[in-house]
Amino acid sequence: MLRIVLAEDSVLLREGLVGLLERFGHEVVAGVGTAGELTAAVAEHGPDIVVTDVRMPPGFSDEGLRAAVALRETRPRLPVLVLSQYVQRAYAEELLDSCDGTGVGYLLKERVGKVEEFVDALQRVAEGGTVVDPEVVRQLLRHRRDPLSRLTAREQEVLALMAEGRSNASVAEALTVSEGTVSKHFGSILTKLDLSLTDATNRRVLAVLAYLRK
Amino acid sequence: MLSTVRVMSSLTLRQAILRRRYLLGGLPWRAALYLLSSVPTGAALLASVLLLAVVGSALSLVLVGLPLLLMLALIGVPVAAVERRRLRLIDPVPLGDPHRSPSGTGLLAWLRTRLREQATWREFRYVLLFAGVLWPLEGLLVGGVLTVCGALLATPVVMAAVTGGEEVRVLKLYLADSYPQAFALALLGLVLLPVLAYPLGWAAVARAALTRALLSAGGEGLDARIEELGRSRMRLVDAFEAERRRIERDLHDGAQQRLVALSMTLGLARLERPAEPLGGLLAKAHEEAGEALVEIRELIRGIHPQVLTDRGLAAAVEDVADRSAVPVDVDLDIPDRLPQPVETAVYFALCEALANVAKHSGASRARVTGRDDGERLTVEVWDDGTGGAATTGGTGLQGVADRLSVLDGRLLLSSPAGGPTVLRIDVPRIPAHLVE
Repeated sequence: MLRIVLAEDSVLLREGLVGLLERFGHEVVAGVGTAGELTAAVAEHGPDIVVTDVRMPPGFSDEGLRAAVALRETRPRLPVLVLSQYVQRAYAEELLDSCDGTGVGYLLKERVGKVEEFVDALQRVAEGGTVVDPEVVRQLLRHRRDPLSRLTAREQEVLALMAEGRSNASVAEALTVSEGTVSKHFGSILTKLDLSLTDATNRRVLAVLAYLRK
Repeated sequence: MLSTVRVMSSLTLRQAILRRRYLLGGLPWRAALYLLSSVPTGAALLASVLLLAVVGSALSLVLVGLPLLLMLALIGVPVAAVERRRLRLIDPVPLGDPHRSPSGTGLLAWLRTRLREQATWREFRYVLLFAGVLWPLEGLLVGGVLTVCGALLATPVVMAAVTGGEEVRVLKLYLADSYPQAFALALLGLVLLPVLAYPLGWAAVARAALTRALLSAGGEGLDARIEELGRSRMRLVDAFEAERRRIERDLHDGAQQRLVALSMTLGLARLERPAEPLGGLLAKAHEEAGEALVEIRELIRGIHPQVLTDRGLAAAVEDVADRSAVPVDVDLDIPDRLPQPVETAVYFALCEALANVAKHSGASRARVTGRDDGERLTVEVWDDGTGGAATTGGTGLQGVADRLSVLDGRLLLSSPAGGPTVLRIDVPRIPAHLVE
């Protein structure tokens, strides 16, 4: 069970999300509607994870994201999952830059429709993992040709799925191939990207993302 | 355009006098009325000018006179408005107002605009001419004509009513001592009336031409109009942009949120693993909600991308480049945020340019480079395609060029057959019409 602080200015969605999270046995210790309240609620409740919208009052700009980045400066270990109504590489990068990108997630808000995947992503972020929306990953991958252009289409697919924070088993399942094939692809990816990494999924993802960001 | 109008109107007036029907129409009477109405107007004006000047100067030592002097300086504005209206008596072509709209609301903005305009000072000079010279001359002319004709025509009546048929001195010049003489004088008056209608008409034409010359929107007025047009175009674009933002916000806060909630509810319902056919239908509904969400997300981004508002032009253009089907390198050196209309116009210009690259050029790669040198923003889109692009023919570049021209910007296109194509956008960092 996770103790969650939820920031979302739309009451309709906030209540929907509370219901959804409780359905999966989590506890929403505070549901707030502004970035200021979010910061205060985190200070008060010390939650396991923060789930926040990007665009919130008063400016309806990117207050939620800024609050999340600021929170992580004071509490580097606080996992944060940011939900956004639009895909923006710039936002994902700012978020991933905060504290090496451990325990952060950036998802399109509509992903909450796939409730099980959403709750799964939440769990992964809470455990210190990195979850980046597939749309963002696709953007990141699309035009970073050198040296990514050396990857085959299949390898790019594998990398994209891994960048979402999936394990080899999960990637294998998504692509309906064996886990061994995934390992082989990934080995090839690492070679082509001149990366030598250990086996830890998150660190691989982070390294890849860090590489992509540059 | 304006000068043609002026020529045309005085021509028609002159032609009207030369026509035979001139005497039968109302024009001679209107000419007389035009000249005659100058007299009370001019006299009142002279009194006002003198009063304002004397009292204003005397009191200016204790500062209370300054508003009076200000009023004196601006007296031409209402007077010219009256004069333009009075001109309509004999000239059907309206005389345009040469004044600009004030740059803001309130008295101060009005004063600032008026005092800076040449039109105001031209009108002031007209006031001096009118009050000092014109109205006595006009009065003399019309008064003379009316007195001469009137006196001659009235001779028999005066003779009968006043002197009992013995004698009457006409215009203090001629002594008529019999009814035949009196009626002959009346006949002379009747003949003189149409004859004198001509000098009267010509005098009115001359007076109208003078008014037109002094009070019309001249070349400087034309510049002012162009300036005003530029401003109004900018306001239109602003209004259009504000409307787009409102629509974007409404979609974002309304339909999109509801769709997310719907998708979430459907997702939760599916967790209950309902029996067929409900399970299948739910899955289908869920999928369709998801597709609607993708569509509305794309729609919102097309209307107005949030990243442009939040992070500025460079980030927004990188975002577009990320989505382009043709690989695009972006190198924009724009250290500071630009005025919002500039960011928006250049953003949509680049969107159009990159869409053209993807659709028509056959390019394998493209590059967006640009810099802000503090004065102007220059952005270039280069692609290695087949060239032959044109700003005409439904490429959408015409619209882009129009939009940039509102900001005093330019769109230059070089696209020889065989390529490469270079599109250059050049906009002042702070467009002239933006400065309020």
